[in-house]
Amino acid sequence: MSQPTVVLDPTAGTTPSDRTRSPRPTSLVGVTVGLLDISKPRGDVFLDRVAERLGEQGATVLRYAKPTFTKPAPVDLRHEIATQCAAVIEALAD
Amino acid sequence: MLDGTNRAADEVVAVMPPALVECTVEKVAVNAVMAGCLPEYLPVVLAALEAVCTDEFNMHGILATTMGVGPVLVVNGPVSSRIGMNSGVNALGQGNRANATIGRAVQLVVRNVGGGAPGGIDRATHGSMAKLGFCFAEDEAGSPWTTLSEDRGFDRSQDVVTAFCGEAPRILVDQKSRSADSLVRALAEGLRASVSPRVVMGMDGMLVLSPEHMSRFRDAGWDRNRFMSELAGHLTVEADEILAGAGGIEEGLPEGFAGTTLPKFRPGGLLVVHAGGPAGLFSAIVGGWVNGPMGSEPTSREITP
Repeated sequence: MSQPTVVLDPTAGTTPSDRTRSPRPTSLVGVTVGLLDISKPRGDVFLDRVAERLGEQGATVLRYAKPTFTKPAPVDLRHEIATQCAAVIEALAD
Repeated sequence: MLDGTNRAADEVVAVMPPALVECTVEKVAVNAVMAGCLPEYLPVVLAALEAVCTDEFNMHGILATTMGVGPVLVVNGPVSSRIGMNSGVNALGQGNRANATIGRAVQLVVRNVGGGAPGGIDRATHGSMAKLGFCFAEDEAGSPWTTLSEDRGFDRSQDVVTAFCGEAPRILVDQKSRSADSLVRALAEGLRASVSPRVVMGMDGMLVLSPEHMSRFRDAGWDRNRFMSELAGHLTVEADEILAGAGGIEEGLPEGFAGTTLPKFRPGGLLVVHAGGPAGLFSAIVGGWVNGPMGSEPTSREITP
């Protein structure tokens, strides 16, 4: 009698957990928006302009920066943004 | 495959980016089988994964970056000949099972266990052959110099794998230099273009010296330190030539560097390895990526059973 075939899973076997999105702001008036600079050249140029536009629409803007664009944002920084802001915009690169 | 190591199948080898999941010896073994490894290669794969899954090597960033870089693995010590690795003819190419499959296994673990699939977290613009798997052994017996692992603080008798974040190799031709002085100048000239002639100090490099090129330095009595010192002397760049706008090219250094002379590589930012076939007046350059705490540090780990 032949042996049963055993198939081994090369993956971690994990599945992403479902998380409900936070409600989207319906207006920017009085809303605190975080701007996260990933620290690539000229990301600040983009974010400066975004900050200007958000300010014109009544939002309060807080600025953040990753220590380096090559690594994920440190957990403390993510926590800081999550607790201080209702929305966040990230400037990717160049 | 698990017979290749003394480690328990359920032992956690590393926390695997980008998903940051614990990766066991068994998961590595499954991927090593898929890569085509023999069981005796498994300890090298395990040590390589320990090296790349560190904050200093930064496998997450290396996977995610738009640059086509991957972990370039150099094996030193008796293990390389024991498992039949190639440090000679075609060392950086195809045809040797250990060379071809160890690097491949590392990449499969990152992809399958860590979830780092191209087009997902992996955003490489072109990618490169280095991302398929890039592993070779240093030719220690044929070199008059200390080995890469000795240079990095290990004993010659230790089995060591060093991970360097790099792209695919390219050839540097010099078929006419008959003196060490001429050849070191030619190597420096070629290395200045590593990644881009306009990038200085921010990205590391690797030079794979061929035996015929090495013979120039052997004949001249240069040891590794003398070579590195002479090379550094020729690897300086006049900042004015690579300022933003110089030569009509917008890429380049800020104006603040005007009038300065800069080294191409940061101190310790060029790794030199001896490998290749006995004939051929070429060496190979492997361009690096963002270096240091801002990017990736070359990282070595001892290979244990």
